[in-house]
Amino acid sequence: MTATLERTEPGRTAPARSRRARRKRLQVIAFMSPWIIGFSLFFAYPLLATGYFSFTSYDLLSPPDWVGLRNYAYLLFGDPVVRIAAANTLWLVLVLTVLRVVFALGVAAVIARLRRGVGLVRTLCYLPALAPPVAATLAFTFLFNPGTGPVNGLLRTLGIDGPLWFNDPAWAKPALTLLTLWGCGELMIIMLAALLDVPQELHEAAALDGAGPIGRFWHVTLPSIAPVLLFGVVNSIIFSLQYFTQALVAGAVASGQAEVVGSSKVVGFPDNATLTFPAWLYQQGFHYYNMGYAATMAVVLFVFSLGFTALLIRRMRGGTNAEEVA
Amino acid sequence: MRDRTSGERDATQPRETAKREIDRKCNRHCESRRGGTARNQRLHWIAVHSLGLALGVMFLMPLVFVFLTAVMSDEQALTANLWPQEWHWENFAKVFTEAPMLRFLLNSLLYSTLATAFMLVSSIPVAYALAKLRWRGRGVSFMLVIAAMMLPPQVTAVPLYILWARFELTGTLWPLIIPHLFGDAFSIFLLRQFFLTIPRSYVDAAKVDGCSEFTAMLRIVLPMARPGIAAAAMFCFLYTWNDFFGPLLYAGENQQSWTLSIGLASFRGMHRVEWNLTMAATVLVMLPVIVLFLFAQRAFVRGITFTGVKG
Repeated sequence: MTATLERTEPGRTAPARSRRARRKRLQVIAFMSPWIIGFSLFFAYPLLATGYFSFTSYDLLSPPDWVGLRNYAYLLFGDPVVRIAAANTLWLVLVLTVLRVVFALGVAAVIARLRRGVGLVRTLCYLPALAPPVAATLAFTFLFNPGTGPVNGLLRTLGIDGPLWFNDPAWAKPALTLLTLWGCGELMIIMLAALLDVPQELHEAAALDGAGPIGRFWHVTLPSIAPVLLFGVVNSIIFSLQYFTQALVAGAVASGQAEVVGSSKVVGFPDNATLTFPAWLYQQGFHYYNMGYAATMAVVLFVFSLGFTALLIRRMRGGTNAEEVA
Repeated sequence: MRDRTSGERDATQPRETAKREIDRKCNRHCESRRGGTARNQRLHWIAVHSLGLALGVMFLMPLVFVFLTAVMSDEQALTANLWPQEWHWENFAKVFTEAPMLRFLLNSLLYSTLATAFMLVSSIPVAYALAKLRWRGRGVSFMLVIAAMMLPPQVTAVPLYILWARFELTGTLWPLIIPHLFGDAFSIFLLRQFFLTIPRSYVDAAKVDGCSEFTAMLRIVLPMARPGIAAAAMFCFLYTWNDFFGPLLYAGENQQSWTLSIGLASFRGMHRVEWNLTMAATVLVMLPVIVLFLFAQRAFVRGITFTGVKG
């Protein structure tokens, strides 16, 4: 983080050079100062503190008590719920990542082929991505309400008995998945931009070589947009690792209690099916005030996110180098 | 997309000649087959456009159902009847009497506007330093910005909560607003991406004319980056408006400080209200976002493509 400067060119007189360098260094520090403070206070400090708290037992009232690796041992071998939470998050990471990327790419591919009404369709597809997550979740718990919701109503007219969706442990996560796919417009626009950048002549060349539409998509489009696909995958993984709001609100509303704040029974409803890893972390820390154990879970979450963040940074670094040359 | 360009640079030369050859081939190919493909092309056109329309309708449908339910009577909202028998527009007004939604609205506005204003003041210089100043450690600093952007908010929640509790600011929205005075990682990232598109030579010219780096930023770069700044401001506003975890963590214990997102999540529990009112509240919470988007669509789309593609 320290804003050290590159050495100035040789050949200048020493005092002038150092004065200049110092001025420039001060300038960089001045520009960067909000972030230097923000980074230390809201990123570096809490990370270190989380690491420390993860080895303690702390309930906010009495000072933290060093317990060594006991929290980690409890997380790995003792806590039966954390396993469910981790499994749910893993489920979301796998399913959401695959479906989000495939679905967003599919929608983008259709929009990219449109000649008329591109703007309208793009707007309609992107609009749900803006909806506040709480509002979108509330809307979906209503739409997928087993008794009175329109979705099961429509299914009934087709002669299908709809599932209980958010009230059924087996269907709660698929319902959340549908909700997430409905709101994947952001990824879709990124994919669309990438698709429109694929050089047309490559398609034509492949067509001449006898490739059909599917072959062209596989051999021309996909390789061309590979970096954006990677971005989509990693971005979706990080998104799924912190999946919290939708799961919490859906559980709360479907349980019928709907009092999200200060109630512990609604988290994970039904039957812990929507209990994600961050939700259990929140529950442990801010309902049971097991701050130490919550910090331990935070460390685990951090390690996983860091791995995928590093992947994303590596992809982005290609960009910065190219930009520096330009 | 950038890393692709660097990798393909070597391959450009042969592709250029190949392209010309292909053009020639393609012209011959198209001329010979134009008659036969016309009908196929029309079928393809129809298929793609109906698919596009179906997708658009599919994305829109939930919003339509939510709106229709919002104007139904209490009893009808419990039936599977989709079209309102009578239109109860007063449901939207009732939302405000059933729960302190006005209070939540004001809190949301306070959080979003102050956070956005603070973000602009603090993040613009940082983004400028990352995009336009040359210094050692710049690359590393940018990586750290991305890392901070990707970090799940739950990771740092415990120590930060303890920190703010020590300042006795839990139960208010200040723990969420104040950090924006010190730069917001996503906004810095987005602004930097926009600033990079402005040629360095403009800044150099201004400095030759005697501008300091700071005035060059204010007078030259900021006016040119106005669309980017608008996009960053909108994303920041939207993020804070939609935020649920933050307000739940810090304001949750004190209902006076609830934002719309917590108020909405707890709406059904507060007065045992019916689905129609809940959906009316949902519409009211979505509405500002949708209106904002319809007015500023281009900035949104540009902002998104900048975060994902030009990364």
